[in-house]
Amino acid sequence: MTLVAGIDTHDLRGDEGAGSSFPSRRGPSFLMAVPALAFFACFAIVPLLGVVLLSFMKWDGLGSPEWVGLANWSRVLTDPVTHHAMKLTVVLTVATWAVQCPTSLLLGVFMAGRQRYRAVYSVLYFLPLLFSAAAIGIAFKALLDPNFGLGTALGIEWLNRDWLGNPSVALPTLVFVIAWCFIPFHSLLYQGAARQIPRSMYEAAELDGASSIGAFRNITLPQLKNTIVTSSTLMIVGSLTYFDLIFVMTNGGPGDATRILPLDMYLRGFRSYDMGGASVVGVILVAVGLCVSYLLNRLGGSSSMDSQMEGM
Amino acid sequence: MTHPNRTFLVGGIATICLVLGACGGNQPGGAGGGVNAWTLTGGSEATFRSSFEDWNSANSDEKITPEFFANDAYKEKIRTAVGSGNAPTLIYSWAGGALEDYVSNGDVVDLTDVTKPLQGRLVPSVLQTGTVGGKVYAVPNNNAQPIVLYTNNKVLSEAGIDSAPTTFDDLLDDVAKLKSAGVETPIALAGQSQWPELMWIEYLADRVGGPATFQAVIDGEPDAWSSPEMLQALGMIQQLVEAGAFGDKFGSVVADANADAALLHTGKAGMLLQGAWVYSSFLTDAPDFVSSGDLGFSTFPAVDGGEGDPTDTVGNPANFWSVSASASKEQQEIAIKYLNEALFDSSYVESLIQNGGVPVTTDAESQLATSEQAPFLSFAYDMIKNAPSFQLSWDQALPADQAQALLSNLSQVFLGQTSPEEFASAMDQAS
Repeated sequence: MTLVAGIDTHDLRGDEGAGSSFPSRRGPSFLMAVPALAFFACFAIVPLLGVVLLSFMKWDGLGSPEWVGLANWSRVLTDPVTHHAMKLTVVLTVATWAVQCPTSLLLGVFMAGRQRYRAVYSVLYFLPLLFSAAAIGIAFKALLDPNFGLGTALGIEWLNRDWLGNPSVALPTLVFVIAWCFIPFHSLLYQGAARQIPRSMYEAAELDGASSIGAFRNITLPQLKNTIVTSSTLMIVGSLTYFDLIFVMTNGGPGDATRILPLDMYLRGFRSYDMGGASVVGVILVAVGLCVSYLLNRLGGSSSMDSQMEGM
Repeated sequence: MTHPNRTFLVGGIATICLVLGACGGNQPGGAGGGVNAWTLTGGSEATFRSSFEDWNSANSDEKITPEFFANDAYKEKIRTAVGSGNAPTLIYSWAGGALEDYVSNGDVVDLTDVTKPLQGRLVPSVLQTGTVGGKVYAVPNNNAQPIVLYTNNKVLSEAGIDSAPTTFDDLLDDVAKLKSAGVETPIALAGQSQWPELMWIEYLADRVGGPATFQAVIDGEPDAWSSPEMLQALGMIQQLVEAGAFGDKFGSVVADANADAALLHTGKAGMLLQGAWVYSSFLTDAPDFVSSGDLGFSTFPAVDGGEGDPTDTVGNPANFWSVSASASKEQQEIAIKYLNEALFDSSYVESLIQNGGVPVTTDAESQLATSEQAPFLSFAYDMIKNAPSFQLSWDQALPADQAQALLSNLSQVFLGQTSPEEFASAMDQAS
């Protein structure tokens, strides 16, 4: 996804000048895409079709699957556990976006400055990117332990709370840890984008007497528009696949307070051995993920993704 | 103009498919001719390790390679491995519902006739757990694991309590005394792991209505979860939670890391209801706590007017080995030879006892009495021997989907999110 996001689409468009349906003579041959496409078909399309097929079957992981038609679909779609998981997924998606988007935008713009202390800060700040989600999950679980965790070690009684065990606190705690993990990555995107903004724009604004807040609102934000779309797409589609962190930290608990759809899929499949039901949830996730990324792109991107630098 | 659209779309598909695809790919370990065994870390790990090492040095051309996994990870991995024909030669299990599934799909071999020499050494009631339809498909491989009420006697006596509670009312009184003595968590409970909560309902349902209360569930009787006995037992759990018996942070405590046992031996809790396997954790994590006599152990309290026998026990009779049907004839023969010759031989039994386990062999009693851990081991051995009913843990006795529904619904009762009646109707629908 990172690579896809990094492609500069404006430049590509310039090559299609003559409107020919043949590949441009300067571009690489279509054949060069064959290995990648073959891998993609083998490891993405085929398993995906398998999951769709399995959603119409009853299978407990042993023996052979048995065709049951739409029974899995009607069972899963009427299950209150699924409804709760869907609601939680939406809440988590909105909450993680609302926390991460403004924070990483501001941090990214801050880090785009050329002062040396900012560079030192930025290096330290990217450390979370180096850790795997499972390691972060285990570390936070130990730090947040109410009896033997950070609060006890530092002697701060306020920290000794039931962070992951109280149904109403667990989800906000997860939003915090997820933000800790992913804000550095999104700030990196904003930092790069903010550095691309020509200095001359700010100089012109300064001459016109704009305040720094005014410059931020009228120059930085509009210039970052495409990055905001990209970063939001990654956040929102990504939040449909949060699994490892939550699995390690709460296992969907307490009760089902953090059982979001991806986790619901896993628990159905590999704890209850209901592969058919898990496949239904899987297909729903794929469909929702595709729709969301398409819509986001439609709303904020494509047609309006014209150059922001007309006349520069 | 459509290019960027498509790039995003393809990227989206790729990400999701990769994530979905990643869930399916469990690789079997140790294929390629050798005999392998999958088992768990912790518990009897030391005994398994030394037994396989001894076997391998004595039979260098018939080696068995053990691999050790964490509890939760193993339960998920083994199912996929067995289902895809990539099972290890020796399959570790808890018998119960999973074993029945293996047998009905022909995944494990019949051990009735080929393990006669081993069967002669075993306690019949434990061997019975490994039989399906009158045939032996799994043989026990370690110690009996009754659920025990552990106490920290120092914490109890500081709160003015002389002995472990013998009735449920005593238990409530003790909770109140511990609370007023400033113990935040009178009873340690690993709520995040969920399965330790099961032990409370298992014992309370038995003490209130006897073994018949849960047998009705197993037999699939309609509305078995809403029987008055079950509802009363659930109500007693609510009573305990409301009295603050488990403190207000039990939802974050994890049993896999022995955090509940740590609460007891660090004096932050007065009592702990856990399996006999926790005793070996006390031996490794807090040897002084055991040797100073601060660690107490007792049976679960009786309920006034309840029908259950106060000596009824719940827990796991043992863990089991099965032999995979997908292994070659040669591999199967080596595995069976190991079961007959090395399982529960004298050094195996000695090692189990040293680790604080009660071996499920008929001649264990005399060895237990002379062991360093005699008080606990004799207590646990008597508990099993005298129990009129030894109920297999509910999550093992029930089919997997019901067990999962049970764990999640029960944890909501402990959290005070659902009432006993709501729990019962949700469970009646799930079964």
